[in-house]
Amino acid sequence: MRPTLRVNVFRQSLIVSGLFVLGLLVVNLAVFKPSTVAVVMLSGLYQGMLFFLIAAGMSIVFGLLDVLNLAQGAFFMLGAYAGFAIYGALPAGTPIEARFLAALLGAAVTGGLAGALMEVGLLRPLYARPVYQIVMTLGLSTALNEMVRAIYGPAGLVPIEEPPALATTFTVLGGQFETYRVFIIVVGAALMLGISLLLQRTRLGIIIRAGVQDSEMVQALGINVRRIFTLVFALGTAVAALGGMTAAPFLGAYPGMGTDFLLVAIIVIVIGGMSSYEGTAVASLLVGLTRATAEQISLQYFNTPILASVSILLFMVAVLLVRPTGLFGRE
Amino acid sequence: MSAVLTVQDIHTFIGQFHILEGVTVEVPDHSITALLGRNGAGKTTTLRSIMGLNPPARGQIQYRGQALNGRKPYDIAQLGLGYVPDYRAIFRQLTVEENLKIAERRPGDLDRKRQFIFEIFPDLEKLYQWPGGQLSGGQQQMLAIARALVPDNSLLLIDEPSEGLAPVIIEGMMAAIRRLTAQAAVLLVEQNFRVASQLADRYVIIEDGRSVHSGTMPDLLASPALIQKYLSAA
Ligand SMILES: Nc1ncnc2c1ncn2[C@@H]1O[C@H](COP(=O)(O)OP(=O)(O)O)[C@@H](O)[C@H]1O
Ligand SMILES: [Mg+2]
Repeated sequence: MRPTLRVNVFRQSLIVSGLFVLGLLVVNLAVFKPSTVAVVMLSGLYQGMLFFLIAAGMSIVFGLLDVLNLAQGAFFMLGAYAGFAIYGALPAGTPIEARFLAALLGAAVTGGLAGALMEVGLLRPLYARPVYQIVMTLGLSTALNEMVRAIYGPAGLVPIEEPPALATTFTVLGGQFETYRVFIIVVGAALMLGISLLLQRTRLGIIIRAGVQDSEMVQALGINVRRIFTLVFALGTAVAALGGMTAAPFLGAYPGMGTDFLLVAIIVIVIGGMSSYEGTAVASLLVGLTRATAEQISLQYFNTPILASVSILLFMVAVLLVRPTGLFGRE
Repeated sequence: MSAVLTVQDIHTFIGQFHILEGVTVEVPDHSITALLGRNGAGKTTTLRSIMGLNPPARGQIQYRGQALNGRKPYDIAQLGLGYVPDYRAIFRQLTVEENLKIAERRPGDLDRKRQFIFEIFPDLEKLYQWPGGQLSGGQQQMLAIARALVPDNSLLLIDEPSEGLAPVIIEGMMAAIRRLTAQAAVLLVEQNFRVASQLADRYVIIEDGRSVHSGTMPDLLASPALIQKYLSAA
């Protein structure tokens, strides 16, 4: 005897998502020359991975704690600034690879610690008070933006230098693509898989999946749920901060740099089905690919990237019309 | 026979509602004590008070000589209390195995108990990889009790195990619960008086948030007046 029902629904969502990607590819092939198609697809993937790094923590935290952390974009920014600070703080002779690695790790650690502090100090008193949570997380976001503005100035910092091996470009089907963006895709994919394994294979993962449904019962089984909440929240902000630092070599760091990403992350989570991790992972890539395709069409025909943002809003509306609970959401 | 659990005159509020207004319960070791009383009397709230989920504002709860008052639910559970709530609280997205695994308090708990659990609830063996959400009501009830057996609990709080189950399933459930007294004491809430009277060694009657009567089950069965007054569906 094997269970089938739930698995079928899941497989259906995956198939629909796959067909959507196929559709996008067909549109691409119809509209662009092959060299452009390759670049658009890679660009969609790398954008999708950045969206994923912000959205992953948000969606897991939303499932477990019923809190939509609107400060997640600020943690993305915090990661970029932490990266800069670590870059600058290391002694002059440090090889660039070491600097870069230290900045990545340091950004994640900074994001994690700041997230833990936020959960314990600011969020804990506000559980079960959703309106206060919105005000607090938005407020904290503003405060962090203003803080970096006060310390580093309003202009932002020039992009971090990446390791020479990643600072190259390569050619796919005649299209030029930056190696560093492939690095982002690899980092994102590794985290996507890593988080998935954490959720499916570890005790912490079992506790998180159970806590999403009934955290009181988890506690009655002898598990300190509060500590799990803090840990999960901190992991989410750590991943977002890591995302900010991986983006720093081409975005730089500036006040408010997380805001656009936050809005897209929210759209991703809604499309994926709010608290479904798999949904968030898949939706990140769909949104990235949709956005990249629309951006290229927009640039090619209208000479402006305006369609990029519009396209993902339309995509969200379309998904919600067909499935009000999102692609992988449960009724 | 020493008491595993002593609940002494507890008062519990939910919001501003004074739900328990003096409940006293004693649970002797290796025996089954039934909490009886009409719907809404306060039986579930008594179990939740013991677990720290609705902590009492007044009164004492002692478990093996330790005060439970002021402790958090996870802390209370870790002392050796297993809770089986009336809604069963099976994690729907988790497999049967994961539903059991999450109850481990030390690594290896489930490995040590698996055979015993399969012996009591043979159904769970073939359902081991099924998601909890796809089990029938009776299977979920078995899993909920099995989950409380994974760690070395010495007190089990079981709320309405027979509710909504077919008679033949109830028989099996009763046999299983009877076997639990080999390793633990049981505080059982049971609306089905036939089930309660066949299982329990002792009883406590709760009425409007107060414990009003207690004694041995044979004594209760010998006094139809008591049953009529507090337990008949009037
Ligand atoms: N969350 C709650 N809020 C308000 N009243 C409650 C709540 N839970 C239980 N009650 C009330 O407390 C009383 C006792 O409930 P309960 O302990 O569930 O009774 P029993 O398990 O004996 O049927 C009932 O009158 C019920 O309405
Ligand atoms: Mg009840």
